[in-house]
Amino acid sequence: MSSLPDTPAIRDGEGSLEASPRRRAGQRSLSTAGLVIAAVALVGLLLAPFFVYPVFLMTVMCFALFATAFNLLLGYVGLLSFGHAAFFGGAAYFTAHAVKVWHLDPLLAVIFGMAGAGLMGLVVGFIAIRRQGIYFAMVTLALSQMVYFIFLQAPFTHGEDGIQGVPRGDLLGFIDLNQPLNIYYFVLAVFVFGFFAVWRMVNSPFGHVLKAIRENENRAISLGYRVERYKLGAFVMSAAIAGLAGSLKAIVLQIATLTDVAWQMSGEVVLMTLLGGMGTIFGPSVGAALVVTMQNYFATSGFPVTVVIGVIFVLCVLLFRRGIVGEAIRLMRR
Amino acid sequence: MTMVFGIPLPALLGQLFLGFINGSFYAMLSLGLAVIFGLLRVINFAHGAQYMLGAFAAYFCLAYAGIGFWPALIVAPIVVALVSAVIERTMLSRLYDLDHLYGLLFTFGLALIFEGTFRYYFGSAGQPYRTPSLLAGGTNLGFMFLPNYRGFVVVASMVICLATWLLIEKTKLGAYLRAATENPQLVQAFGVNVPLLLTLTYALGAGLAALAGVLAAPIYQVSPLMGSNLIIIVFAVVVIGGMGSIVGAILSGYMLGILEGLTKVFYPEASNIVVFVIMAVVLMIRPAGLFGKEF
Amino acid sequence: MLERAPTEPLLKVRDLNGWYGESHVLHGVSLDLHEGETITLLGRNGAGKTTTLRAIMNLLPRRSGEIRIAGEDMMKVPVHKTAYSGIGYVPEERGIFASLSVSENLMLPPRVGPGGMSVEEIYHLFPNLAERRNSPGTKLSGGEQQMLAIARILRTGVKIILLDEPTEGLAPVIIQRIGDVLIELKKKGMTLLLVEQNFRFARKVADRFYLMEDGHILESFAVGELDARMDRLHEVVGV
Repeated sequence: MSSLPDTPAIRDGEGSLEASPRRRAGQRSLSTAGLVIAAVALVGLLLAPFFVYPVFLMTVMCFALFATAFNLLLGYVGLLSFGHAAFFGGAAYFTAHAVKVWHLDPLLAVIFGMAGAGLMGLVVGFIAIRRQGIYFAMVTLALSQMVYFIFLQAPFTHGEDGIQGVPRGDLLGFIDLNQPLNIYYFVLAVFVFGFFAVWRMVNSPFGHVLKAIRENENRAISLGYRVERYKLGAFVMSAAIAGLAGSLKAIVLQIATLTDVAWQMSGEVVLMTLLGGMGTIFGPSVGAALVVTMQNYFATSGFPVTVVIGVIFVLCVLLFRRGIVGEAIRLMRR
Repeated sequence: MTMVFGIPLPALLGQLFLGFINGSFYAMLSLGLAVIFGLLRVINFAHGAQYMLGAFAAYFCLAYAGIGFWPALIVAPIVVALVSAVIERTMLSRLYDLDHLYGLLFTFGLALIFEGTFRYYFGSAGQPYRTPSLLAGGTNLGFMFLPNYRGFVVVASMVICLATWLLIEKTKLGAYLRAATENPQLVQAFGVNVPLLLTLTYALGAGLAALAGVLAAPIYQVSPLMGSNLIIIVFAVVVIGGMGSIVGAILSGYMLGILEGLTKVFYPEASNIVVFVIMAVVLMIRPAGLFGKEF
Repeated sequence: MLERAPTEPLLKVRDLNGWYGESHVLHGVSLDLHEGETITLLGRNGAGKTTTLRAIMNLLPRRSGEIRIAGEDMMKVPVHKTAYSGIGYVPEERGIFASLSVSENLMLPPRVGPGGMSVEEIYHLFPNLAERRNSPGTKLSGGEQQMLAIARILRTGVKIILLDEPTEGLAPVIIQRIGDVLIELKKKGMTLLLVEQNFRFARKVADRFYLMEDGHILESFAVGELDARMDRLHEVVGV
């Protein structure tokens, strides 16, 4: 039984745990399509708050950024981190505390949250990188559970209550974030920044080394690359951007709770990425939008969301591994 | 009153014993995980759910069918093993040729489905399950008070672990299992039905988890959440012990239960996380795990 | 199961093609193995000899063509039932299981037909295995592992044995021993399909040879014609 598979089921389409090198020729035409889609999406997002409830849109953007950051590790480096909620929720706590107790400017608080998450990422990553593949996933899960318990007991988080009533504050001292349009465009700007950062990293020389490591780690080592450093670098970046998403979330929804650091949250971001398409740049965002919408829908109906999420997981793994964007790319290539 | 490091001896022993009980469950569950992982190379996230299902099966047996604890020890694991065998045959086996992460993701989804369904019908609170009358009450040992049922659980867990070890190391079936773990293709070429062996192994692991669940019912309440809280600690135990090793899983389980108990006595705030801290330390010093064979 | 005519081969392979993923590795391989015969596949590394054996045992991800054992169509038979048609496999890497003792290794393959040797007979034939019966499988020397790999097949009562490079990396004394064992088996009527690069060894046991290159069968000839073919062999096998 092989570890990284050669199955055609996954190899086609860019979305996969192993994108075939032959596909690179087709990628240039996809990049143009990608840019067009990005432009259309951006315009759409700029206009959206006038048609759709802004808090919903902002929540989607937070989770889309979270999933995109997560996918940096999974889709491009091939590492499944099952404990990313630690960074998302941790940053939410840091930012919430910074705004509510220290009265920091929201932008500074968000940066603070992101930095905190990045630091956590450095520690967790350093320990977890010692193992690979399936062990890596288990270690990240266990470490994030440890983080959960630490946050549970730390006084500043107020335990089960969480940090509530987080004020939105005045951005840069004068932009009142309680105005829906103000906070919306702030979140959009940060989202675009974070998304762009991930995209740049994936398409940079650093990103190319990461892909080489994923495809054949031993060869990368023999070529002289300090593979551990690259993996750790990607991990820290992924944690930081996930933290950025969590920080935003704390300000948008004005609350930071234990739910944000629980293992179920880690599972959800995996699902968003799997459903949307791992290894594609837009996939995680699509998956995030779907999952957030679905949770909103089921929250009112009383039907257990956990079961639905579980079913989608099972169906995706069995039948739909490329995810939505992955399948779309494959159809476009025909 | 004898004091050890400032703690009265009965309290210390009581807490150590509690740790031993927890360790019994850690051992049984990490054993099941190790057995499944050894042959199938799947991290069975649904193990916690199978444990929970075992406890609930015992509860249903008692509440709706008048089947008591002792028969439930046999019925519940068989039911859960059968359900798991069907799942393996129809769905899990399709994932063996893929990256092992998909197995983890599939069983994760399975765990969510089981837990979510039971939480929907039973809420998060636990259902009580009566201690079997034969084992009710306790025995005064002089230096500490031993609740009979809990003492039984410790002994039972050791018997179960030993029996499983014997099955794997000393029987013909165990030889098939060990050989198939090393080289499934060759074993098939000899004429052994390895796909069936895989199903049986998954069923065995699930049955072990369910058996642990039945034993747990009188101690910890029967709650839909009982598995997921436990499974992550068991993952850490398995990482500490080393994934390839049955003996490692068992020993690490007991050891960590006792360490956790000790921590609760001397440094209670850390008791939740001590297993994870130890895991982090083991990873830094000996990544393959204390008894691990593979790296 | 079809009754086969007396001249019908025990193992009949026609137009066997094999693939590893998208790589087409066997091209129209055909060979006949009659009961009691010993055939050797000759060829350099990568010629497809091991692949042919694996294809016959249904260990290849994809294959096409015709394979019949005693007239029975083997193409639809799943891997774990293949042995029950009376065919045993001694792989190149020997496949001794490290987590099993010598005795467990020996007893592992189930009996697939009548006429298998008893454990006492096997220990009589291979005394050093008897001595080491409780050691872990891999504590044996290379030669002893090879003996064990052959021995455990002998227990199962197969009619055909596929042996992949049984003498590879072994000392001349052991090679001699293995040759003696194979000749004993031949006398008892066993049918052998051997893959060997060492044709000096092969000529002592084989009745016929098939020459392979790049997944094709080039030609076949009897052991008597071996000397006449020496130049051709040097060219193709490069020894």
